Amino acid sequence: MTVVTYSEAWRSGLREEMNKDASIFVMGTDLQERGGHFSQVKGLAEEFGPERIRDTPISESAMVAAGVGSAMLGARPIIDLNFMDFAYGAMDEIINQAAKIRYMFGADLPLIIRATAGIALFGPQHNNSFESLFAAIPGLSVAVPYRPYDVKGLLKTSLRGSDPVIFIMHKKLTGAKGEIAGEDVFIPFGKARIAAEGSDVLIVTYGYSVEVASKAAEMMKTEGVSVEVMDLRTVYPIDYEMVLQRVQEIGRVIVADEAPLFGSITGEIASTISEKLHSSLKAPVLRIGAKRVPIGANPQLVSASIPNVEDYQAAIRKVLTF
Amino acid sequence: MTKPGQAKDFLSQMILIREFETIAEGLTLRGKVPGGMHNSSGQEAVAVGVMTALKVEDAIASTHRSHHHSIARGMSTKSMMAELFTKSTGCSRGRGGSMHLVDLSKNYFGGNGIVGAGVSIAMGLALGIHILKKNAIAVGFMGDGAINTGRTWESINMAVIWNLPLLIVIDNNQYAVETFMDRVTGGKDFVARAKSFGMSAEVVDGQNVEEVFEATARARARILAGEGPQLINAVTYRYFGHNVGEVGKYRTQEEISDWKSNKDPIDNWISNLLAKNLITHDEISELRASAKSEIEKAVEFAEASPFPDPNTVADDVDSGSLLRQL
Repeated sequence: MTVVTYSEAWRSGLREEMNKDASIFVMGTDLQERGGHFSQVKGLAEEFGPERIRDTPISESAMVAAGVGSAMLGARPIIDLNFMDFAYGAMDEIINQAAKIRYMFGADLPLIIRATAGIALFGPQHNNSFESLFAAIPGLSVAVPYRPYDVKGLLKTSLRGSDPVIFIMHKKLTGAKGEIAGEDVFIPFGKARIAAEGSDVLIVTYGYSVEVASKAAEMMKTEGVSVEVMDLRTVYPIDYEMVLQRVQEIGRVIVADEAPLFGSITGEIASTISEKLHSSLKAPVLRIGAKRVPIGANPQLVSASIPNVEDYQAAIRKVLTF
Repeated sequence: MTKPGQAKDFLSQMILIREFETIAEGLTLRGKVPGGMHNSSGQEAVAVGVMTALKVEDAIASTHRSHHHSIARGMSTKSMMAELFTKSTGCSRGRGGSMHLVDLSKNYFGGNGIVGAGVSIAMGLALGIHILKKNAIAVGFMGDGAINTGRTWESINMAVIWNLPLLIVIDNNQYAVETFMDRVTGGKDFVARAKSFGMSAEVVDGQNVEEVFEATARARARILAGEGPQLINAVTYRYFGHNVGEVGKYRTQEEISDWKSNKDPIDNWISNLLAKNLITHDEISELRASAKSEIEKAVEFAEASPFPDPNTVADDVDSGSLLRQL
């Protein structure tokens, strides 16, 4: 197996599929010279030329519309917004157009919108975790990979599919290294994986929070607590089959991410678990998430806004008290 | 110049559109069309002139007021009427309704309920044509209201910098719902705006079907010759309210009467054909009778068709393609 960074995993999957399918092309800002803000397409403009690694003006609405139109015609566009914070200028194209085309017109819409999201630094407008917004829109599927392996595998599946995908990559994972698979490995949407096995408490999470949850799980070993961490990989669809099965077996569950708790993915999962498995639960479903605040520029404010590994440990201890 | 056969075809299509709208308006008032519809009566020449100049491989995206575009593109009036009734036999299977008439087999990528969205998607269709190396153009219709939404200009800019095979047609009936465009449009000149973006643009009389046809044919040829995207501002007039049953006080009766009496695209084209002895009164009566019969059959078809099965409500939200293990 090859070890690459999270960004390189994107590039690897993209290159493989672009070599096989001439209808795949990427458009976004600063792709050719800069290779994207996260080096996600570095070198690909030289390899595939400016027609297929296409620099755009800063026109998010037109970018996504160009994706919708060209996808309806049979091309496979990837709109690379670099930062998801720029998707909000294209929300009609995402919500009213891309998501509804198949339902209205019966047309395939193989469109991928890729961007980074999640909480790092640089102030309120460059730090958002609004994946629940996209997951809530009927017609959209939402990938939130944690490992380079899953970045590549989910991208390859997206590029062989015929539906719109919101592909969210966490900023803090950009340079994180991990193994990737070869050309023939495809990861389907709606299939979670177990990141760390355990038997006392289950944490269901995704994206960068898999890292925090895994750290907490490791630390809890010293207290004799065995914590399982589930990495959802996609937040629409959610692998409820695996979630419910592991909850039934373990009985204590925490659903975690770094989005504001109100209206979040964690709320969706917690309520589904409670509805379906009330009698199998040894404790109420707990949730870990952010405060309902914009993310400030000051690092101490950032820390005060989102959960840290101590919050995870506290939640694990709490769910064990029932 | 227009050939005699085409001249008659212009007329028969415009009459068919007028008949469709007249009957559909009445049916909407009787509650047959859930949500209402946007009547295009008065604007027939724009649709017929543009569509006649296009080829079947050209790709089109339209607006919320698109019955005339759909008929002129050759869509089945049965599947259109059934869609207005939201029946399962409608072109959008009862999911789209009046604003989302579609026929993928004719490269007609549908109407759009959001102002400016269709023209932006048409820019994407043009990009698709370019990427897939097809010998065709994309056509995006917009209303005058879309002249003031940002996405229109983002899309025009993109089409210009990439030299995309895009024709934009402003189906300019001069009112954005009830707002007269001059009141809300800086500079007031759509063509000048487009030109300032580096786009070739011209204004045409949208009540003259031949003028619209010729302008479209010219624009299409220029686009295929690599001269870049083109815009046609076709000035026209809507006889009815924005939605069915709306009267409004935003235009005078004199203004409406003037357009209907002196600038009607069908009456004027008939006068033109009669003056040139290209048609007889009997032939005109036949065209009207034929249109009436076709639309009556469309209504019968719509009436007799079943509503969508509620059990299918969750079908086609997505294709399930992403769930497959490849």
